[in-house]
Amino acid sequence: MNNLQASFKKLLQYPSALVGIFAIGLLVVVSAYAMITIPYPEAIRLWRGGEEVWYRNPKFAPPAWFNLFSSKKFSESFAVGTMDGGMNKVVTPGTDGITTYEMTYEFDFSYDVYPQDMLLYIDATFNEKQPFTSVEWITPDGRTIRISNFVVGDQYTYRFSQDDKLVAKLRAEEVIPALFSAPDSDTVLKGIYKLVVIGTTFEPGANMDVEFVFHGQVYGLAGTDHARRDLTLPLLWGAPVALAFGLMAAIGTSMMTMIIAAVGTWYGSWVDQLIQRITEVNLVLPFFAIMIMIGTFYSRSIWVILSATILLSIFTGAILAYRAVFLQVKESMYVEAAKAYGASNTRIIFVYLIPRMIPLLIPSLVQAVPAFVFLEASLAVIGLGDPILPTWGKIIQDAQANGALYKGYYYWVLEPAALLMITGLAFAFLGFALDRIFNPRLREV
Amino acid sequence: MSVTTHTPSEGVALRKRIANSSVVRIGRYVVMRLLTLFTTVVIGVYLTILIANMGGYVDQIIKGQIRDTITQSIANSPTGRNMDPETRRILIEEQIALEEKRRGLDTPIAIRNIRHLTNALQLDLGRAFNITSDSGSKQVRLILLERLPATLLLMGTSQLLLFFSSVFIALNLSRNYGSFWDKLVIALSPSSAVPSWFYGIFLILIFAAGFKMLPFGGMVDSPPPSNTFDYAISVLKHLLLPGSALLLSSFFLSVYNYRTFFLIYSSEDYVDMARAKGLHPKDIERRYILRPTLPNIITNFSLLIIGLWTGALFTETVFLWPGLGRTLFQAVGLYDTPIIVGSTIIYAYLLAMTVFMLDFMYAAVDPRVKIGS
Repeated sequence: MNNLQASFKKLLQYPSALVGIFAIGLLVVVSAYAMITIPYPEAIRLWRGGEEVWYRNPKFAPPAWFNLFSSKKFSESFAVGTMDGGMNKVVTPGTDGITTYEMTYEFDFSYDVYPQDMLLYIDATFNEKQPFTSVEWITPDGRTIRISNFVVGDQYTYRFSQDDKLVAKLRAEEVIPALFSAPDSDTVLKGIYKLVVIGTTFEPGANMDVEFVFHGQVYGLAGTDHARRDLTLPLLWGAPVALAFGLMAAIGTSMMTMIIAAVGTWYGSWVDQLIQRITEVNLVLPFFAIMIMIGTFYSRSIWVILSATILLSIFTGAILAYRAVFLQVKESMYVEAAKAYGASNTRIIFVYLIPRMIPLLIPSLVQAVPAFVFLEASLAVIGLGDPILPTWGKIIQDAQANGALYKGYYYWVLEPAALLMITGLAFAFLGFALDRIFNPRLREV
Repeated sequence: MSVTTHTPSEGVALRKRIANSSVVRIGRYVVMRLLTLFTTVVIGVYLTILIANMGGYVDQIIKGQIRDTITQSIANSPTGRNMDPETRRILIEEQIALEEKRRGLDTPIAIRNIRHLTNALQLDLGRAFNITSDSGSKQVRLILLERLPATLLLMGTSQLLLFFSSVFIALNLSRNYGSFWDKLVIALSPSSAVPSWFYGIFLILIFAAGFKMLPFGGMVDSPPPSNTFDYAISVLKHLLLPGSALLLSSFFLSVYNYRTFFLIYSSEDYVDMARAKGLHPKDIERRYILRPTLPNIITNFSLLIIGLWTGALFTETVFLWPGLGRTLFQAVGLYDTPIIVGSTIIYAYLLAMTVFMLDFMYAAVDPRVKIGS
């Protein structure tokens, strides 16, 4: 124990190790936060959700903090509704069961770039007579534009940009720029805009609610992808997945390798020979190609991939390195003594041989983590990621599939890439320092 | 004129001398090594087939192939064309059942797997479902062999460059051990934890999307230049980014490893002795430090290449490099099983060849490993 404490103290002398420990600690905190605030079933529901979950978000929107670095200000997205009181709603009952609803929303638009789109989601309750709605748009310079009149059903979606009649009425090529600029100008008119939705129901007991969804050009902390999904979800949830996969694979592989090496050296003869032959064959097996085969033919579940990874990574060069050390330990006096007092083979292997290998094991275990974290990402990037889990690799895959680098959606690639890089480097730095502490021959040079 | 006569014992000695001559020895070594490696490859390919055929996927490939050829041949024959669809269908099914029996698809799975193994070892990999080679063939072997040069070009250039540049730089660093550059390389060596395709994404971002200096991907401009010189330049331009990505992902670690070897070996007593004798530093480096470290360097290099062979798969995918890896990626997308199994087998062959070549080099540079003895 004292030995371990001394090693830990030595570790603190390496700045790279400190950086590594700090980053790993941060990742653990993020993972815990993700798993507590967004429970697993909820995360899966959101990640696999389509338009019905994410309709409030714009597509391909960079994160909102982009504005800090850009001279042009991009409009932020928002969604308001009468249900939650975000939008003003005045109900005026009339005669013969006719009720008028005036729903208004005022907002300040002081950005330099037009928003992506605006939508109205109208939710009405009625028995027979369908309610009627008219929409008006009041610009900062006082013009009132009649947007549209329509009869609504239970659920009605009005998409500003898709209204051909409005395009004709505005005598413009596109609706959104025309609504946000002064007449005959192609720059943004900044100021207070007002949306007025006037609804009329024709039955007693009827009701009407509106949700106004404003798709800006930037969104939230992390931006959105092609399916309007908020990227904070997979970015947060990617951390526990990556950590779990990397650690489990690294621990599984190194433990198995060490036990097999110990067993081989202890029993010697054909057991040892067999292990060496298996290692040679394993060297020739194309690891990624086999993983791809497994992913395409059998299962893409992260558990299957994890088990296959561990199985294929046991018999590698590491087994030969452990073997060399075990051969020395096997000849040492205390093993002789154990044999003399009649210790069983299992006892010698697990109580006398393996514990001696811990100093060699720890650095290699930590150094193996990044490879496995990136393995999961690599498989996800070529489309063999777990179909259910939100992971960093999957974000990159979606981005690649949608040509993010060509089209300039850099945030989409850079955010998961940065997180992967931080995770990989954190373990690499820590492992590197550990290696120098536990392998004194390296420390000298 | 004297007649030389051999006593029996002299004859034995002579035979021994012939047996010991280095050509024979090396020859015998190569043969032995090839045999063991061949066995290894056979086992490796067999395991691959075992994994692939667990759900009967290789059988499906062959069945699909049989169905294809028989349907084609009956549909194209004059008698088949004039049949009514129902009788033709029955005829096709009968023929398929016969052919499947003839090919032994009704035999137990163990025997079938061995049959697949012999086919695979002869690179008889069947026909692809969707992917075709540029020459229009659907033979998996032809498709993969057509993509092989691209992979070899990318891997060859980046690996050779990596090997020579890192050995050279490592030698320099070991000479100036403790200098700023030395410390920088030590600090940067964990960067090799990041795979090459990942660097690729960043390189594309900077040089293709940002500065617009180099192409996003592919191997030549489209349309490809007609004259050879322009063609070579165009390939070189496309090679630059994926090559640097491969180089970057292992450069610092390999420099660090080599440097450590050099430093460990340069503190040996015989090196101090050579210094004391006043030998030229160049000679010390070449004969006393570089020579004994070469086996280590080669072992290191071989492990690196083996790792990169399969890692290049992702780099090719990211850079749309038309090599084996990208073909495998396309096959995954199209669910083209023959290609997936075929490329796994080709990769196994490539790995075995690498192991063999490096093994041989290892024996050639290390006098302690006596070839064939």
